[in-house]
Amino acid sequence: MKIMVAVKRVIDYAVKIRVKADKSGVETQNVKMSMNPFCEIALEEALRIKEAGLASEVVAVTMGPKQSIDTLRTGLAMGADRGIHVEATGDLFPLAVAKLFKALVEIEKPGLIILGKQAIDNDCNQTGQMVAGLLGWPQGTFASKVVLDKEKQEVMVDREVDGGLETVCLNLPAVITTDLRLNQPRYATLPNIMKAKSKPVKKYTPEELNVATKSDLEVVEVTEPPKRKAGVLVSSVDELIDKLKNEAHVI
Amino acid sequence: MTTAMVEKYKAFYRLLNKTSRTLVDRRFRQQGQCARGGSAASGLDHRPDAVVEQRVSYLGCPKRGLWTSARASLPSFVDGGFARDYPMNRCRSFGSVAGEIQRSSKFATLNSDDVAHFKEILGERNVVQDERLEAANSDWMHKYVGSSRLLLLPKSTDEVSRILKYCNSRCLAVVPQGGNTGLVGGSVPVFDEVIINMALMKQVISFDKISGILVCEAGCILEDLISFLDNQGFVMPLDLGAKGSCQIGGNVATNAGGLRLIRYGSLHGNVLGLEVVLANGDVLDMLGTLRKDNTGYDLKHLFIGSEGSLGIITKVSILTPPKLSSVNIAFLACQDYLSCQKLLLEAKRSLGEILSAFEFMDSVAMDVVLNNLDGVRNPLAPTAHNFYVLIETTGTEESYDKEKLEKFLVGSMESGLISDGVLAQDINQASAFWRLREILAQIEPFVYEWTSNHRGSISAEHGVGLMKANKIFYSKSPEAVQLMASIKKLVDPKTILNPYKVLPHSLMSYS
Repeated sequence: MKIMVAVKRVIDYAVKIRVKADKSGVETQNVKMSMNPFCEIALEEALRIKEAGLASEVVAVTMGPKQSIDTLRTGLAMGADRGIHVEATGDLFPLAVAKLFKALVEIEKPGLIILGKQAIDNDCNQTGQMVAGLLGWPQGTFASKVVLDKEKQEVMVDREVDGGLETVCLNLPAVITTDLRLNQPRYATLPNIMKAKSKPVKKYTPEELNVATKSDLEVVEVTEPPKRKAGVLVSSVDELIDKLKNEAHVI
Repeated sequence: MTTAMVEKYKAFYRLLNKTSRTLVDRRFRQQGQCARGGSAASGLDHRPDAVVEQRVSYLGCPKRGLWTSARASLPSFVDGGFARDYPMNRCRSFGSVAGEIQRSSKFATLNSDDVAHFKEILGERNVVQDERLEAANSDWMHKYVGSSRLLLLPKSTDEVSRILKYCNSRCLAVVPQGGNTGLVGGSVPVFDEVIINMALMKQVISFDKISGILVCEAGCILEDLISFLDNQGFVMPLDLGAKGSCQIGGNVATNAGGLRLIRYGSLHGNVLGLEVVLANGDVLDMLGTLRKDNTGYDLKHLFIGSEGSLGIITKVSILTPPKLSSVNIAFLACQDYLSCQKLLLEAKRSLGEILSAFEFMDSVAMDVVLNNLDGVRNPLAPTAHNFYVLIETTGTEESYDKEKLEKFLVGSMESGLISDGVLAQDINQASAFWRLREILAQIEPFVYEWTSNHRGSISAEHGVGLMKANKIFYSKSPEAVQLMASIKKLVDPKTILNPYKVLPHSLMSYS
């Protein structure tokens, strides 16, 4: 069985984000980019399933500009067998990504798709669900535990929901999106980095896959949240009540 | 490192293992106060000629358990009295510090007039005699505990000058204190010296974006300076594990090296100027911002590394390098020490200008770190290796640097210099690697104690402080030390600045 894993190149989680002066987006020049942390977890899970002997191949897929290949290389260095790069400039919104995925699934025919639950740059939490919807496959999102049963061709997924944990049983093929507590991703070891250089990477463009990536959504403006104001010391209870009433409007 | 030393390390590790639980807790949890064994200094004030045992005790407390929160009763502010009633902790004592030091009788004892005078200079709030005094009296590893009864928090150079002028006239001994993160007991009082803590002098005075020259007060915390410079696109030329607490004044006074020394050099090269207050209150303004100034003797170098014994640093002018965006870290394993040395040479040659850090640890050190810290894992698990090396590169082009580093690493692996390694793929992984290394600094003072008891040799890594004051002859010639003593006597004739430290007691006229 083949597993397809989605990996996305995003601004590194530890970087201090700055908004561009023209408010059109976030500053990405000269900023460290890395693999989305949830995608790392997704890839780690796929590798563990393969190492348990339940899958034959792990294919890492990324979509984006030319530099996205770096993220793919990281994925290969972690242990993925092959890479697919859909090269597309311009903003790719979740629906476009999902449609591109559907096209790739028709070519690759994987038995399982694993994605991170959301990307840390747009926090959409939509792509996995849309992929499942377009393919008509069952989905287990926010996975904190994944147990595959090869004979029964089904997978048990523990989902982290507001009330606690929900366990769902999905028939394969299925879509899983990973949450933080699923696993701890491995480091890219030198021997694997060396091997990664010879692993094949196939390139596609949206046109080749017959997908229109133009979105109905347009980013109008990006601004910083209002800065936290300093606290104010009040000198009496009356002053406090006055402030609560007239400034904060909470009483 | 010979096999003999590795054996010493292993034996030390076994020794440490019994009490190792407490090491990290103390640094990272900071809960409560463990009952502390004090020196019998309580008897000091009214028996100045009594022999006092300077107890250097290592404290063992349960890991997550019951921290005995011993609230020391406030030092009673009566001449000659110092009431204290926390129980003496029967702990292992390492006794490296010359066994017994006597409080010098030539230093005056604090009295109510003195306190009133300080309150006049600093105001009521910044003359401290409450529970904050307890923390200030102890170094952060709780190895050295003094019995000062007064903590002063000056806000300006003028206040520092007036304090010192008064102390000099009264012959009151003082301890300049910064972040109190030192590892050799240099930042805490030995007896009842007045503590002058620079924490309130934390203004950034100016920053020149073109030259990268930063002028700031000595109490600025290193991490705050790093954040400030980050916004400007610059970085401090030094970085240490203690950056969240240590102050730049203390860094300069101890000539701190840190993790980036290999790239940016020592503070002697990066500090362009200082403002220092001398023992008699004179303010020495050497706060130049010129890269090169060959007029007269370059006095600031005397103060850099003087550990508070020649003057109190109040302002620093430092050259900061531009922040480079592309940082890569690799964590590697070597079979033997010789490979580590060859690796360093190869790294300098192949990585050249982008090499920014090269750190080394052995398997025993790694075990101690893994056993004592939560949330860290060996990047090269499950195999245990003999030696570990951390290499960091900093440059401008992400892909170019990564390629260069990978090429070097792959080459080293093929030639057998390294047996395994991992490359950090994002900043989180990079921080995880650094954490492993930075934690080790806490263990070093104990290793020093142990090796010194077994006739090991002293390293000049963390300064001399109190710990090694009498051992300075191991690394400096008698003539050099003699000259140091002469300079000290010239600049601080009453020896009120940080007494009992840095220079051997035989050359100082303490008694």
